[in-house]
Amino acid sequence: MVETADTVEIPNIPPYKAREYDQVLESPRVWPIVKLNANREEFMKTVAEETLKVVKEQARSRKGLMEELESVVYMERSRVKNNRWKADPDDEEEYWGKMKGKLLEVSKQEGQAKQDAAEALLKDIIERYVGEIMGSFNYRAYRFIRRSATFFFARLLNSARIKKFGALFRGVLTLQDKINLVGETEHIRQLAKKGTVVLVPTHFSNLDSVLVGWAIMAVGLPPFIYGAGLNLFTINLLSYFMKNLGAYKVDRRKKNLVYLETLKMYSNQAIQSGCHSLFFPGGTRSRSGQIENRLKLGLLSTAITAQRQAFNEAKPGEEPKKIFVVPVVINYHFTLEAPSLIKEHLRRSGQERYYIENDEYSSSYKLGTFMLRFIRKGSDISVSFGKGMDLLGNFVDEEGNSFDRTGREIDLRDYFTSGGSLTIDRQREGEYTRMLSERIVEEYYKINRVFASHVVAFVAFRMLWRQHRDLDLFEVLRTSNDEVVFPYSDFRTEVDRIRNEIFLRHEAQELDLAPHMTWELDQLIDHGLDNVGMYHTARPLLKNKQGNITTKDLNTLYYYHNRLMGYGFEKLFGF
Amino acid sequence: MGLKSSSASDSNTPVGVIGTGSFGQVVAKLLAEKSPVWLYARSEESAQRVRDNGLPANVQVTTDPAVVAKACEVIFPMVPSANFRDMIRQFAPYLHPYHTLIHGTKGLELASGQDLQSDAPLTRAQICTMSEVIQQETVVVRIGCLAGPNLASELADDKPAATVIASRFDEVIASGQKLLRSDRFQVYGNSDLIGVEICGVLKNIIAIAAGMVHELGLGENARALLISRGLVEMIYLGQAFGGNLKAFIGLAGVGDLVATSNSITSRNFTVGRLLVQKKSLEEVKAQMEETAEGINTVLLAKKFAETAKIRVPITEVLHRVLYQELSAEEATTQLMKFPSIADVDFL
Repeated sequence: MVETADTVEIPNIPPYKAREYDQVLESPRVWPIVKLNANREEFMKTVAEETLKVVKEQARSRKGLMEELESVVYMERSRVKNNRWKADPDDEEEYWGKMKGKLLEVSKQEGQAKQDAAEALLKDIIERYVGEIMGSFNYRAYRFIRRSATFFFARLLNSARIKKFGALFRGVLTLQDKINLVGETEHIRQLAKKGTVVLVPTHFSNLDSVLVGWAIMAVGLPPFIYGAGLNLFTINLLSYFMKNLGAYKVDRRKKNLVYLETLKMYSNQAIQSGCHSLFFPGGTRSRSGQIENRLKLGLLSTAITAQRQAFNEAKPGEEPKKIFVVPVVINYHFTLEAPSLIKEHLRRSGQERYYIENDEYSSSYKLGTFMLRFIRKGSDISVSFGKGMDLLGNFVDEEGNSFDRTGREIDLRDYFTSGGSLTIDRQREGEYTRMLSERIVEEYYKINRVFASHVVAFVAFRMLWRQHRDLDLFEVLRTSNDEVVFPYSDFRTEVDRIRNEIFLRHEAQELDLAPHMTWELDQLIDHGLDNVGMYHTARPLLKNKQGNITTKDLNTLYYYHNRLMGYGFEKLFGF
Repeated sequence: MGLKSSSASDSNTPVGVIGTGSFGQVVAKLLAEKSPVWLYARSEESAQRVRDNGLPANVQVTTDPAVVAKACEVIFPMVPSANFRDMIRQFAPYLHPYHTLIHGTKGLELASGQDLQSDAPLTRAQICTMSEVIQQETVVVRIGCLAGPNLASELADDKPAATVIASRFDEVIASGQKLLRSDRFQVYGNSDLIGVEICGVLKNIIAIAAGMVHELGLGENARALLISRGLVEMIYLGQAFGGNLKAFIGLAGVGDLVATSNSITSRNFTVGRLLVQKKSLEEVKAQMEETAEGINTVLLAKKFAETAKIRVPITEVLHRVLYQELSAEEATTQLMKFPSIADVDFL
């Protein structure tokens, strides 16, 4: 890494301008999600049938159907015993108890009869799972949410200004002034007309799904379906919003093959039927606060399978349906769950064998008060949409055609053929999934909008570590808060240095910037300090009485600092 | 679903070979036992030269990349690393995602703008393996490499041998096996593409040293010492490059290392011998008919090891010999003085 030059030009970033988008597809009757819900019985049947096929095939190459069933029933019974949630169906215990008995009966049978009976049990379980997963989108409720949200937020945002009567009519703030929608929104609207869009956002907070749901609505796209953790459905308010913004239920406690295959098939079939989908490919919220650098491949693979099937099922002369992947990065100054997330990260208990529900949003009331504070106090959020890619990570144009880096058009079908015809090769598609996930991560880092709060947290934590460069991370984190004081002028110099490097990287298109990043330095630092983790009871970073920089919570400071990891900026601190 | 499961094309589909060096010609002949072959030569002269050498009837030579790319779904690039990117750029406009490229080049490429003479550090990101060059320059994803003890002269004489095809894609390994396997030629598969590529690259360093040991008449004990310590050095470097230990103890690693370190005729071995005869680097290069990848690899690996903070005594000493800071005899003494550590500490 070269030393940053003294004079780096401050880039020109225009301030955010809210804009209104009309609906891409005006009539809700043609919205894919509405169509899917209209045919829900049939859809569920297809999902169950296709899952049955896949599981049978897999069971053959694994340990056999009976053993697979035994392990499902065993795992489910122990889950019901040890880890029950409010959102679980009431008959759980009874159902799995009955299944155990049936399985015992089947095991006494012989030959074809045994096989048939086992398949019947499997079918029953799959159908139950499909029923559990299936979302219920309701257009009326959706419309109600949309209207009332617009009204509610407008009132909320402008309540302070309305005191002056004249302000009622001019420059009314909208939610978009708080939540900036940036990036390739127009491009994605075009793609949504040409094919199926799969949005893959970063994931930091439980609020993300509501936030992205709103962003989708605000740019005029029809609602997307998305998997939301079952634990979130225990909160009535959140559950109501999520259901009617297109959510289906994902139960992370269920790790058995049959459930996972059902879930994947649900996603696969929904994409095939043209439903725009949303995955959080990181799987769960980023515990460390860093942008995901390794993605979960399960759901992504369903998009690749769906694309291959679309080529397979296109009739001669018919344009096969294309699937587009759109990376999205959500940026904010503040993650409500930061303290517990980082604690968990540091404890390295990230393996969610038994997902322990944490209770930041344990009630609708808590969530509601948070949102109120959030909206009123105005901590900015930005949702950055990346450019659309095909399933191999090649960029597509507005028509949905793929291009390589030199601008030569690529026929996507060629990725799925060998010897001139379409071939099924799961190992190949597995590799494609891995390649796609790497491309998504690459794009995340490029479209990430750097905020002042990230920068001040990063600089402060790195300065601290440089002071104690012989210590490991955990020792640094045990430093007493009183010992962490940086003279303002030193801090300012470092922020300046790092910001210059950030500007250079911006010029090289390796990252994106929030408009406030170009502010005058002291103003920028103040903005960062005011906003970094602003609602935590113990502030990660603040000025003391003497105007110097100090902390009240090193763990969350570390968390917000992590947001700028992955760019190699730490090398500017010499180690 | 009425689809074929994927595997290579049938035996009448032609296969492509890029490069008319000795290895390129041998691979063309091996392939020609089962399939018609298109052999690409970069100029009319080299095309004529191979035609004059005599080729099986089903090998056709061309200087047009479009012809090869159009006729062949599987292509084997076999050109020196120094020309590799230029070659692949010529092919890029004609290549599609359905193509399979299995290269046999045992060298590395330095990212443009990097200078081995400068003091700036050399990180992994500034070095490309040939599969990475293919990835950067083309839309091809089904990429593999060919490595192992495959001395061209012996293969040309129909002696029994085996090779490794490494790829992340099972279908690439399967089509390579189908195209190359014969009674005299066994083909193993490995999914660690980078590891296998690096094996083939790094063993050239040890081969140069083996040539020196031979020319100095140091005997079999010394050679065995060199090979086993050389393997350790390869493993350290290889892991820093992102390869997996397993590749190094396989055919492409230890197998190839033993073969080249014992082969008097192999290129890199010859380099070692010439160095003992007090030839300068320029003289050595001039005397070689074909590129000895090892020379460039020594320079690159030494710099990389410095940046990655790995001790590589054999490479370091060789580097000094190449720049005539040290004679071959002095080099031996230096190596013997290197503080001995644990025999095996990488497992």
